[in-house]
Amino acid sequence: MPGGTIAIIDSGGANIASLLYAFERLGARAGLTTDPGEIRGASRVVLPGVGAARDAMDRLRDQGLVDVIRNLTQPVLGICLGMQLLADASEEDDVDCLGIVPGTAQRLASSAGCPVPNMGWCSITKTGRHDVLRSTQDGSYFYFLHSYALPVSNCTIATAVHAEPFSAVVQKDNFVAAQFHPERSSQNGARLLSRFVGIER
Amino acid sequence: MQFRNHRVVGDIVDLASRYCEEGADELVFYDITASPDGRTVDRSWVDRVAAVIDIPFCVAGGIRSVADAEDVLNKGADKISVNSPALESPSLIDDLARRFGSQCVVLGVDSREVSGTYHVYQYTGDPEKTVAVERNTVEWIREGQERGIGEVVLNCMNQDGVRQGYDNEQLRLVREGCSVPLIASGGAGAMEHFADTFRLADVDGALAASVFHSAEINIGELKSFLVDQDIHIRTV
Repeated sequence: MPGGTIAIIDSGGANIASLLYAFERLGARAGLTTDPGEIRGASRVVLPGVGAARDAMDRLRDQGLVDVIRNLTQPVLGICLGMQLLADASEEDDVDCLGIVPGTAQRLASSAGCPVPNMGWCSITKTGRHDVLRSTQDGSYFYFLHSYALPVSNCTIATAVHAEPFSAVVQKDNFVAAQFHPERSSQNGARLLSRFVGIER
Repeated sequence: MQFRNHRVVGDIVDLASRYCEEGADELVFYDITASPDGRTVDRSWVDRVAAVIDIPFCVAGGIRSVADAEDVLNKGADKISVNSPALESPSLIDDLARRFGSQCVVLGVDSREVSGTYHVYQYTGDPEKTVAVERNTVEWIREGQERGIGEVVLNCMNQDGVRQGYDNEQLRLVREGCSVPLIASGGAGAMEHFADTFRLADVDGALAASVFHSAEINIGELKSFLVDQDIHIRTV
């Protein structure tokens, strides 16, 4: 990664600033873009997302980015809605997504004491191995802010529980995705992001 | 004290960094003079805060429109909290929730007991302008949830600034009708007060200001204390 750049795909919605600042704090060069050439040429790609699945998919389609993302071969990190966009589909607005990670994002189960949206710090349980989680201890807390999530599947490498277990981190080939916000998850988030960009901390 | 004679507590960016390092779970920045003066917050500091802190933060004060909220969120805030403007125009809550999602929208409520029932107060940033609103606290929080809020910060004015503990009686009453996260505010003076409100009022979080600003309570030590008390919180 040293010398490389991180392309953050501008999927619309607010709250991209905190992600840019998080990479800045790690000393990594990250920029917001919708340019297919910049995205293909980046050493790392991040697909963030806040808002509704259909709006975000519409924007990716309008910008001609659907196949660009599907064909990426460098490490790609999906965050929050970005994770759900990598899946086959989302129950939110019943929309087809990128189909990179198998599964359909489902509305979180709710119960007494577990309202939806899930907003707050939850601990994760590692269920698989991946370089991005190498510095993450089992039971570490991360910050979640979501109403939908991917069910646990054979791509799941970490789970969290909100009424029922769901995928906290998934991985398929060069694609890895987190339901939580590493950029708002204090030292645990910074560790994960630094693993992703290949900067030892 | 109770919101009078506000103390200058030093540069907010330094303070924010200190609280992050101590293990705070979330920060709320209030400009409680924003609504009474009919002005909005000077927001240049939101960028500076977003650049240095790596935990979620909420901005409260002077958010009167979707455009105000968008400005704050684009600068890196995670949530916006509305209080007086939502009382003036409750449909602001619907607009904010529709545009940004419920998870961004916090309802701040200043409440006080008046002859056996709890009432909402407005413009509490300025004692000259503070007024009781014709609203019952429990009813207002129910309406807020119907309109799409994702969280409630209940500031119990009877307790605020007196450091005798949170108003757990009121918080418990509100908790019964509040299915979104409920944050206790007003009254923290000792570590036991935090343990009490989690136990007695089943709140999702406890907010405090002066005891942290004055460094009377260190957040790291508070969290160790709460863990020892078997209260389930994030450990760093």
